[in-house]
Amino acid sequence: MTPAATWISLQVNGRHYRSCAPPDRRLADVLRDEMGLSGTKIGCNAGDCGACTVLLDGAPICACLTPLGQAEGREVLTVEGLEGVGLGHLQHSFLAHGAAQCGICTPGMLMAAAALLRRIPHPGPDQAQEALSGVLCRCTGYARIIKAVCHANDPRSNTPPPPERQAVGISVPRLDGMPKCDGSESFGADPLPPDLLADASCGPFPASLDDSLMVRAIRSPHHHAQFTFGDLATWQARHPGIEAVLTARDIPGRNCFGVIPAFADQPVLAEGRVRFRGEAVALVAGDQTAVAAFDPADFPVSWHPLPALMDCVSARAEEAPLVHPDRAGNLLIAGRVCHGNAEDALAGAAHVAQAEVETAFVEHAYIEPEAGIAWLADEGGKQVLIIRACTQAPVMDRDACAEILALPEEQVRIIPSATGGGFGGKLDVSLQPLIGLATLHTGKPCRMVYSRRESMMSTTKRHPARMHARIGCDHRGRLAAMVFEGDFNTGAHASWGPTVAGRVPVHASGPYRMAHYHAEARAIHTNGPPSGAFRGFGVPQAAIIQEMLFDDLAARCGIDRLTFRLRNALDDGDRTRTGQCLETVGIRACLKALEAPWKSALAAARSWNAAHDETRRGVGIAGCWYGCGNTALPNPSTIRAGITPKGRVCLHQGATDIGQGANTVIAQIFAEALGLPLSEIVLIGPDTAHTPDAGKTSASRQTCVSGRAALACGQSLRARILRRLNMGENAELSLSHGTIIGHENGKEARLDPTHLPPGKHGYVLMAEETHDPPTTPLDENGQGVPYAIYGWGAQMAEVEVNTTTGRVRVRHVHAAHDLGRAINPSLAEGQIEGGIAQGIGLALMEEYIPGHSENLHDYLIPTTGDMPEITPILIERPDPEGPFGARGLGEHVLIPTAPAILNAIRHACGARITRLPALPHRVLAAIRQAGENGK
Amino acid sequence: MSYHRPQDLASAYHLLAERAPRLLAGGTDVYASSEGPGRPDGAELLDITAIRALHGICPSPQGWRIGAATTWAEVAGADLPPALDALKQAAREIGSPQIQNRATVAGNLCNASPAADGVPPLLVLDAMVETGSLRRARMIPLRKFVTGPRTTALRTDEMVIAVHVPASAGKGASAFEKIGARRHMVISIAMAAARMVTRQGQITEAAISVGACSPVARRLTAFEKMLKGTAATRIADLRPHLEQELAECLSPIDDLRADAAYRAHVAGALVLRCLARAASGATSQPESEGEGP
Repeated sequence: MTPAATWISLQVNGRHYRSCAPPDRRLADVLRDEMGLSGTKIGCNAGDCGACTVLLDGAPICACLTPLGQAEGREVLTVEGLEGVGLGHLQHSFLAHGAAQCGICTPGMLMAAAALLRRIPHPGPDQAQEALSGVLCRCTGYARIIKAVCHANDPRSNTPPPPERQAVGISVPRLDGMPKCDGSESFGADPLPPDLLADASCGPFPASLDDSLMVRAIRSPHHHAQFTFGDLATWQARHPGIEAVLTARDIPGRNCFGVIPAFADQPVLAEGRVRFRGEAVALVAGDQTAVAAFDPADFPVSWHPLPALMDCVSARAEEAPLVHPDRAGNLLIAGRVCHGNAEDALAGAAHVAQAEVETAFVEHAYIEPEAGIAWLADEGGKQVLIIRACTQAPVMDRDACAEILALPEEQVRIIPSATGGGFGGKLDVSLQPLIGLATLHTGKPCRMVYSRRESMMSTTKRHPARMHARIGCDHRGRLAAMVFEGDFNTGAHASWGPTVAGRVPVHASGPYRMAHYHAEARAIHTNGPPSGAFRGFGVPQAAIIQEMLFDDLAARCGIDRLTFRLRNALDDGDRTRTGQCLETVGIRACLKALEAPWKSALAAARSWNAAHDETRRGVGIAGCWYGCGNTALPNPSTIRAGITPKGRVCLHQGATDIGQGANTVIAQIFAEALGLPLSEIVLIGPDTAHTPDAGKTSASRQTCVSGRAALACGQSLRARILRRLNMGENAELSLSHGTIIGHENGKEARLDPTHLPPGKHGYVLMAEETHDPPTTPLDENGQGVPYAIYGWGAQMAEVEVNTTTGRVRVRHVHAAHDLGRAINPSLAEGQIEGGIAQGIGLALMEEYIPGHSENLHDYLIPTTGDMPEITPILIERPDPEGPFGARGLGEHVLIPTAPAILNAIRHACGARITRLPALPHRVLAAIRQAGENGK
Repeated sequence: MSYHRPQDLASAYHLLAERAPRLLAGGTDVYASSEGPGRPDGAELLDITAIRALHGICPSPQGWRIGAATTWAEVAGADLPPALDALKQAAREIGSPQIQNRATVAGNLCNASPAADGVPPLLVLDAMVETGSLRRARMIPLRKFVTGPRTTALRTDEMVIAVHVPASAGKGASAFEKIGARRHMVISIAMAAARMVTRQGQITEAAISVGACSPVARRLTAFEKMLKGTAATRIADLRPHLEQELAECLSPIDDLRADAAYRAHVAGALVLRCLARAASGATSQPESEGEGP
């Protein structure tokens, strides 16, 4: 037996450690909390995600499932020790290949890869795929990770390209990449990073995370219930170490939030009634031990469950109870776009195809559960509440917290931590107001780390859609009209429901020409989790039914499916269904780029199917378009830059980088506009105290909107420099020991910033520029200019369907995307690969069922072994509104994937999937259905 | 103190008898079952991984003894005859490499999930579960050891010591098949294992099991008997009999992974695949069967 106060000895990264932690503590917690090795990440505490992978005597294991006691006398290697064992080049390979996006899975990937490389120095892709199969990544689609591992011991592929004069169009490794690859990146649950601790305006700091109080939320186990609290004061008194129990009554400001102010309806802590499973009703704050020991089941709250509405059909039923009393019919809002007379045109069409398609709740499944810390700082005698947490929208977080906590905006400061994936799920506030409230009440730093279950049950989802559509065309396959109707299950609270209802009707036609169009999308309240923003805001769902019907029509017309799409593709100068005239339209170029692979894939499928019965191969295609930025609403971004007296060029970059690459891309655009090397740019922010509002990271807007502001800012700062140098626009600039040097026509001029008087923000020269994309509101028929820029894409999927088991394997995806200008081609391709991975999940396996799949073993996202070969094709037809012609890309890449896969399944075996995801049993049932229809 | 890690079996037996702790080996079920930070659910834990006698795979004239705390990675890497291929294949499908490096053979049995990947291959190997306690030692056939979803024949003062594969089951070749909605780290929708011995193309012995389609994985004894004496190439002809037994002995459920009708259908398909693979493994073996471990 192990006596109580035994020290446990182990080797960690070659050093001898003695821990007096209880031997049954998870090794992951001991590494992070006691040894300060926070490079080991915790994504699920269940062995489902592999983020906590470390090597125990050389073998990869999940540190979250391993008790400290079993590491006694053994050797542990974490990401922090890789360099020490001569595997630093693996980390450099990750950086050079763009293998890290958000970086939260990177340490786990590196450790799994390290174990492989010790056995096999030059692994092939299949070996790497197997070895990394236990670590989930939600950003990258794994392609660049596999490449980085296979080439880790190939020094030529790991040397970064030499710094170039030109910044735009170059695949520079991400500027914030090294911390993601060496384990030092500080995410929401990690210790505060050194650069923050050096910022005097943030002090006094919590001396360490141990000094902060832990906060836990009491959440509803019911989809719909009334509740009453017992004697909270007595309960607290019986629990030493618990310093505060907080309920709605303790909220000083408005107990209501929502990303769209006019629809804000979500309580921070529910009052008397909960509307979804996972809704918070109370907070408990206390010292770490007390909170860790606390059992939520023991909290004095009684629940009185009520009948729950779980889908749109029951919520729209006549006698259905109202989720919100002021929203009749449980209708949050409907959006519509009408053009011409669709019903008449359908009646006169040669062919009409129709379908009903149903999709599921989809969970973002970022590997970093929400986490953060709040504390009170003294900024020049003024008390400021600082909240450091993972987020996609720092300024919106600040405004929401200020209103909830009844503080002036300038007394709330949001400092985003590194964010371990977002995809729309970290746009709404989650724990920010909770830890802010606890900090205000206790006066102490308060932190919170969501469990995986808590993250999944309480945060937003992709809207389940129930769609019906009819599309008609003439004999030659020219589209005549489309009618689209969709109910989108927006869950218990508004979140981004209005955005989905607004976006879907604009986009449901796909990037195709049709004279008559009627589309309506309704956001319907249920007692499901709030559906919010998820990569594409409803458009990926709508594209599924539209592209399915195109295949129906092509078949009826007897024409090739790609030809059908080319025949109807929008062209430069065409008008959209909202009446907007588009100068540059990229869909035709994207479809054209797929012509050659399409033909050869069709031929390959034919010859395979001639020889095989059980496994059938098929090819599918789908197009997409997507407007960048807010729909028909102002959407400004501001970027500031300045030159310090010491000649440092500082870029205040407030566009939150959640892994997509804004830190790099915005800096590239700015450097190119300024005319100084990218390596000279010092990035500052995001931090609401230091960076002007660059808006939220959503709607594929950062490159094209914040990028435009960065372009203007760079140009403006350059103009100021040139004026001082007395040089013209063509001057070449450089920096040498803090002096700016200009060359023009053989002449040289120097500007020494130390001689200039510092102005605002301490800069001797400064520029701040705002860009707001020109849009107009939509009228009652949805007519207007909803977006300034659209991006375009087409994807082709090749699949193999096992007709005995219904299992689908995606073999290859060609993805052609017109992104206007590839500011950083490697990052762009990484977006494509990651979007396709999420599209595969949407098509084949992802289905969140409230109360049933609140973990990452019942809720499945693609693993390394589920990924096809991906061939990204970047098409660059500049958009006049974009910086250097760039369009958005982040969401576009996911839209065509699922429809292309579903169309490929149908091509392979006839199965027409109308309920997603296409799980094996659904595919098999659809194959049988197709067989019966064919009889 | 709520964590014990004895070095020998006697101490473990005493702790079991006196304190009725929860058993801990690889931790992949124990720690996964509590979502929060820190230790799992405050239960008293008896960690058996320091007991040397519980580790490793030992061949003997009687068969193979697989220590209770042997990990699935050790099983996958062990030198075993083709009759145990199904077990090795299942070992590579349990969770991920990280899980296989930790999760143990006995843990998979004691967790008693209807979808435990380790059970069907051990069923076709006629595995016996050796248990020990202060009072007595038992040898329980695996089919009687797992009694229902999450329940076993283990008494509170008992623990699994080893899993035994008798030499008689070391003949022939075997195969394992599972189906899930993704490639790796997936809970089986359905799975099957089959072991077969042939002589001159005739099946002389067959063992078949199906998992995740009933509360406890099942052997298909009637179909096994029917296969005896059949040509290995004619298995598919007997499919109606297979379907009949599946319908009689399985009770698949609808859940978030699949519906019952699908499970019933795919179980048959997986059995046939396993039989085909086992047959090709068995017929390609030298005819000197019964070599033993």
